[in-house]
Amino acid sequence: MQVDETTVRRIARLARIKITDEEARGLEQELSGILDWVEQLGEVDTSAVEPMTRVVPIGLKKRRDEVTDGGIADDIIGNAPMTDDHFFVVPKVVE
Amino acid sequence: MTDLTRLTLAEAREGLKAKSFTAKELTQAFLDAIEAANPDLNAYVVTTADRALAQAAESDRRIARGEARPLEGLALGIKDLFCTRGVHSQACSHVLDGFEPPYESTVTGNLWDAGAVMLGKLNMDEFAMGSSNETSYYGPVTSPWRRKDGSNAQLVPGGSSGGSAAAVAADLCLAATATDTGGSIRQPAALTGTVGIKPTYGRCSRWGIIAFASSLDQAGPLAKSVRDAAILLRAMASHDPKDSTSVDAPVPDYETEPGRSIKGLRVGVPREYRLDGMAAEVEALWQQGIAWLKDAGASIHDISLPHTRYALPAYYIVAPAEASSNLARYDGVRYGLRVAGRGLIDTYESTRAAGFGKEVRRRILIGTYVLSAGYYDAYYLKAQKVRTLIKHDFDEAWDKVDLVLTPTTPSPAFAFGEKSGDPIAMYLEDIFTVTVNMAGLPGISIPGGLSGQGTPLGLQLIGRPFDEGTLFRAGQVIEDAAGRFPVPERWWTKD
Repeated sequence: MQVDETTVRRIARLARIKITDEEARGLEQELSGILDWVEQLGEVDTSAVEPMTRVVPIGLKKRRDEVTDGGIADDIIGNAPMTDDHFFVVPKVVE
Repeated sequence: MTDLTRLTLAEAREGLKAKSFTAKELTQAFLDAIEAANPDLNAYVVTTADRALAQAAESDRRIARGEARPLEGLALGIKDLFCTRGVHSQACSHVLDGFEPPYESTVTGNLWDAGAVMLGKLNMDEFAMGSSNETSYYGPVTSPWRRKDGSNAQLVPGGSSGGSAAAVAADLCLAATATDTGGSIRQPAALTGTVGIKPTYGRCSRWGIIAFASSLDQAGPLAKSVRDAAILLRAMASHDPKDSTSVDAPVPDYETEPGRSIKGLRVGVPREYRLDGMAAEVEALWQQGIAWLKDAGASIHDISLPHTRYALPAYYIVAPAEASSNLARYDGVRYGLRVAGRGLIDTYESTRAAGFGKEVRRRILIGTYVLSAGYYDAYYLKAQKVRTLIKHDFDEAWDKVDLVLTPTTPSPAFAFGEKSGDPIAMYLEDIFTVTVNMAGLPGISIPGGLSGQGTPLGLQLIGRPFDEGTLFRAGQVIEDAAGRFPVPERWWTKD
């Protein structure tokens, strides 16, 4: 699978990672190499195989729908780079 | 006084019980050793001396009152992937700069409840992505082992739990916590002459462990002996309502297993693990391991795990896919680094470009690609189907054998830079370990011998789900036959 520069840029945009022109060219080669290597899975006939969803056969657990904590706004914003009162501050998104 | 740092966890526990030394003396011995060694080895990214000495003082009071808990006063190192309240927890990434969680991971909480002492946080590959500890934002960890050719080339300790393995091997803690997504406990254990076990998926809670690939991640101990690993795993494991994949089953007393007979145990030797170009000394060690288990009364069986060769490529779809999703949370808004940009999207993109290292960015991009519109079925779904087949191979094998013996790695420790230019060469480090994560099984690495260069090699035992006990039992047989492998020379204290 050959990944071209346009695809690398589209993927980087989806992943929200800024890349330089030089990085984009390097990544074309690297991603193509890795995707070529995983192509070998095509040899395996999986037409009658279910995809794995969990390795240990246990049912999904349920719990009561109730509030178990709260009142910890100071903790929640404690590590944020920019806050105002109990809000996270981000650059303006609506004009 | 004898050098307390050379003790095993079990020996230190006995010494504290017999009041041969205090928890404070033991902790101070490790803090001194870390101060002397860390400039050379870089195993710790932060030490928590004040807290360690306070915990040790509390342990001494409890021991005096006869109220010692299972790990009372025992000094441990904690991988930086575990969230520890108010203490550096960054997965050794720049993107989590300054992050000090206001909560404690379940596994570390279990350890403090059991009386253990925290010496500090251990270096690792960034977000646990790597097999050589070269991707850490805090710089690589140097293995305490050196080749005997006199070149003094700096060797890697393996990864991603490279700081944990180096700290245990260099006597900078009694034992350490680690995590394993594709081999990150067992491969560094093999490369440093230490014992590491990845338990069955679900045995240890993942709550509070910074996520890499959620369907594969599992915590476990790195230790100096099989018995020490058994002691520590028992304390780490628990059922946790905060992790819906944690298993609601009692934790056995693993320490009763080492020393029990393996007479009649059926050991499988999978023919697909015999690779072209595998180092002759690795093959020789494997044969030696077979002979040791046979001498102890086990029977040896040739088995086939036909989908083995597809485990690594499937892993390099599943793990990056899950990582790209898990790492989406690092956006420069709620914690860690923020690089201001023109507007919100530019801030996200600038923060993530500056905050993630090269290997992490590479894996996020691979993961984003395989999950992107039109490719999901061809990559992720295909890989999860192959995973079903890998697990099925093991399910068939368990009809014939009780455990499986393989080498842990295809070669001994390599030097810095030897593999870092080629992602796939580095990924091949995990070729014998990754199947175990894909199938959710327990696997242990035990030192088996030394390479021609005088560096450690490991043997891996793979067990049935939740049969860690048999791994400890058979692991002890290997340890008894092979002996333990302390680092021959503390070169870092002589500079």
